[in-house]
Amino acid sequence: MYRIDFNKLRFLICDDNPHMRRILRTLLHSFGAREAYESEDGATALEMYTHYVPDIVITDWAMPIFDGLELAQMIRQPDSKGNPYAPIIMLTGHSDKRRVTVARDAGVTEFLAKPISAKGLYQRILNVVANPRPFIKTKTYFGPDRRRNTNNAYIGPERRIGGEMEVMQQPSLLDKARSSV
Amino acid sequence: MAKEKPGKLEVTSFADHHVITQPNPLRKVLLRVPESDLDDPVGRAEKALAGLSGEFKNWMTIEADRLSAAHAAILRSGFTDDAREELFRAAHDIKGDAATFGFPSAGAAAESLCRIIEHAPDLDQVPSDLIRHHINAIQAIVRERTKLDTAATAGVLSRSLRGIADEFLTHANRDRPEHLEAILAPSIIPVE
Repeated sequence: MYRIDFNKLRFLICDDNPHMRRILRTLLHSFGAREAYESEDGATALEMYTHYVPDIVITDWAMPIFDGLELAQMIRQPDSKGNPYAPIIMLTGHSDKRRVTVARDAGVTEFLAKPISAKGLYQRILNVVANPRPFIKTKTYFGPDRRRNTNNAYIGPERRIGGEMEVMQQPSLLDKARSSV
Repeated sequence: MAKEKPGKLEVTSFADHHVITQPNPLRKVLLRVPESDLDDPVGRAEKALAGLSGEFKNWMTIEADRLSAAHAAILRSGFTDDAREELFRAAHDIKGDAATFGFPSAGAAAESLCRIIEHAPDLDQVPSDLIRHHINAIQAIVRERTKLDTAATAGVLSRSLRGIADEFLTHANRDRPEHLEAILAPSIIPVE
């Protein structure tokens, strides 16, 4: 059996709502975490991300000025000096499927819809610690592999190309998804 | 903390994408323990959350008052971008927090209000009573919670508001299929 040594994990929490930050802090501390840094907007979170180098980021989506989606996009810059690979858990009141898709295409590792529960948060953390996914870099995407499962029964065009170079012209999935939001 | 030096990245290149793998940088925080030594972090966290519950009513009142203040600003100055954003964020926060704080019906009413703000083609054309009733309902649910029959009444109230709001949005978006699809799509949160 495995358990997580939270004592050795450093978290960065980003949520503009002080009550939700308090809830998150309480949950993480009771899991055993000692280091949980907090910010109330995406811009401050990005600074803290560079400074504190957290192991896991937990961010809200809807925040003034610089939101959680933009934070994820800023972190997932493959050529940045910071660590572009840290797991990002998006904790949000948005609960429709197209938002999940937009978050996924911004490089978010796990999506957790509010209302928050201790079990839901623990499971997301366990997943990013125990089952990290490889990263995929394409012209339009950099982030954790969006394919969680292999579907042998899949019928349709192959969207990733192996073998010889073949350039596919396609709009950015992120732009496409965002335009429909 | 858990960080070792980042493990060496292994990059496999294909025609139009690269697959990047690295040794799990967090593997050291995964401890193999005998079953008898497993503790219950989730149970511990639930207890800690219950310990905060004495503050929830106050927090919910603050959130509801923030929503009312945002609405009052709109009544004074109209739907400016900032006013719309603040109304949405206040409602969205309640949508996300209310069930945790023990006010699920307030969360449901706030979700209905968020849908109106997100999907109404023109907020100035939304009947002002529709928005006002949502805000009054949230205030009532938060402030009257201690009354014995409130939970059932609150549920009926929030469901009625959602029905009226959905009817309005479905009609208002009849020529906007992308919004209509979003309005009619089921939530990813399972119904309890």
